Amino acid sequence: MAEYTLKVRRYQPESGEGPYWEQFQVDLDPTLSVLDGLLQARDREDGSLSVRCSCKAAICGSCGMKINGQSGLGCKTQIGEAQELAEKKASASGTGNGEKPTIVVEPMGNMPVIKDLITDMESTHWTKIRRVTPWLLPHGEAPEREYVVEPESMIDITQSMACIQCGACVSSCLSMEADPDFIGPAALAKAYRFVGDPRDGETVERLHDLAEDPHGIYDCTHCFSCIDACPKGVAPMDQIMRLRRKAGEHGIEDPNNGHNHEAAFVKIIEKKGTLDESLLLQESFAPGVKGKLKPTKGAIKGLLGSIPTAIRGLKTGKMRSLPKLIPGVHPKLPDGAQDEVKAIYAHAEEHREEFNIYIKGEEDVEPEPDEIETEETTA
Amino acid sequence: MKLAYWPGCVSRGFTTELHGSMAFTAEKLGIELVELDRANCCGAGVIAEHNQELADTLNARTFALAQQTGLAMMNICSTCQGAQSECQQRLDADSAYRAHINEMLSGQGLSYEKGKDGFTNKNFLWLLVEDYGLDKLAEKVVRPLSGLRVGPFYGCYVVRPKERLGYDEFPDRDVYLEQVIEVLGGEVVEYDGARKCCGFPVITMNRETSLRQSGTHVGDAIDAGADCLVTPCPLCHLNLDMQQPEAAKVVNRDLGLAVLHLPQLVGLALGAEPKQLGMSRHIASTGWVEERLAAPVTA
Repeated sequence: MAEYTLKVRRYQPESGEGPYWEQFQVDLDPTLSVLDGLLQARDREDGSLSVRCSCKAAICGSCGMKINGQSGLGCKTQIGEAQELAEKKASASGTGNGEKPTIVVEPMGNMPVIKDLITDMESTHWTKIRRVTPWLLPHGEAPEREYVVEPESMIDITQSMACIQCGACVSSCLSMEADPDFIGPAALAKAYRFVGDPRDGETVERLHDLAEDPHGIYDCTHCFSCIDACPKGVAPMDQIMRLRRKAGEHGIEDPNNGHNHEAAFVKIIEKKGTLDESLLLQESFAPGVKGKLKPTKGAIKGLLGSIPTAIRGLKTGKMRSLPKLIPGVHPKLPDGAQDEVKAIYAHAEEHREEFNIYIKGEEDVEPEPDEIETEETTA
Repeated sequence: MKLAYWPGCVSRGFTTELHGSMAFTAEKLGIELVELDRANCCGAGVIAEHNQELADTLNARTFALAQQTGLAMMNICSTCQGAQSECQQRLDADSAYRAHINEMLSGQGLSYEKGKDGFTNKNFLWLLVEDYGLDKLAEKVVRPLSGLRVGPFYGCYVVRPKERLGYDEFPDRDVYLEQVIEVLGGEVVEYDGARKCCGFPVITMNRETSLRQSGTHVGDAIDAGADCLVTPCPLCHLNLDMQQPEAAKVVNRDLGLAVLHLPQLVGLALGAEPKQLGMSRHIASTGWVEERLAAPVTA
């Protein structure tokens, strides 16, 4: 048994007062959970302390909350580990003034708070989930009996199926913090669950919908917060990147210029080996400008928007010289290295193999070199 | 200490002051850098988003080039670190997949071998703390950054996902900047945005979301009393410094906070003049930092 202090962000709407902090002393084994600590505080100190929970086993997805600023499940976070993190944070920021640091517990972010640790899942999470049509849209007549699919073709979507709708990823999302209209990690992971389903007949329509929404797949800022927040390994950001990959394969244009940006980036590295930033800006907004000007939606606005930044850069010498701003001046890799990069492109663009660690797992032990050889010769 | 050095595209492009200050600081620290001039872009996650096998092969090529030197590899960009670690995780996970990627590279006389000679690829921050050592760094300090209030800004790619980035072995990687600031004699400023996203990845896709992110973090740091920010990521630098006047318009407030690259902050403490570190190239003036450091130390 050990003593811990939980510093809980509380809000009691009936009081007419704003949110406030309250500390609770709890006494429990370090291997028990932060949720166990909260329930002890409710039993012993204040019966009005409100928290949603049910299974206490990371299955029901009810107890999403922020612990020391990290979004996750209260029942899946050991209180001893939470204490260690609190101490590390206090010591790093120099706020450790001799007192034992407290475990900070807050309601989930990016959602309205109903009471204490209970958030309104409806107005953000569930609304966004419904936004992506989270059910199967099969083509044609339903078969007389069950759908028959290759087992392998369903394995691809098992990762996104593992979602328990706890909202931890939504709580952690840094894009949504800046743009509340972003469809968000939970809903987009759910969208991939149907885009990747071989029985679904509306794959292309779904991709158009998700790419053409200005707050859709190209609004993700690639911060990995949802990957660390998810208690079930869904890695929502990875699913968003797979949606982008599929949308790209279908050549879907989007108002955010996301596809053009990606295509321009990929093309520049093939030609130059390293990034030519000026060419990237130009090609993202107006691809193929050297041949014929074909500005995309928002291209003029985007290019104009970057002019003040470029002028300031020239003034301070940040952009080394005027020629550096001329797309295409950037040098290629030296001595045949560029041809090596091109050869890799030719090969990989044909193969396009995807290796998913979630599904395939990591090898525990490195096989002996001779074992690998044997495998190869017998294959 | 001798290292295979991958500077990344941005330090050769829009943030040449990073490349230059790294060269200066490495020399002062006694670190010899062997630049990988044949290596290619890490893909910044964008190539992986397009074609995972392409990104993995390109980065395996870079690792193979580093392994040819027999040296450990160093990068100076959080984004390179994240994108390369992502590919390395897949390459290291499965010998058959690695063999498939190496089959392509073998035609170029290259091969990436998992764990060869204890191969590691670390950014300057990780290397400074884990391999160079903070005690040794402290010995090199000739001008302690006394009185300088510094806000750390990590860049997402070196703090998440923890499982991929070696936090099991090195759990304090997300507080190294604070440790370095203290060793250099500076004062750590705590503010909300230190481990949040600078917004750079969506600057061409959703300019407002992007600039609201960088503007908010810069504003929060100013409110917390920071004299400057320090970042190990040149892409964060672009959004926090180069775009700062534009970000100020989006968040509708005055900003004006110097943003230093990590090698610049270290370089200052090792005795470099701001000009030697290319600080005049920044968009947000570094004048205040220089004034602070020029003031007589009263403590």
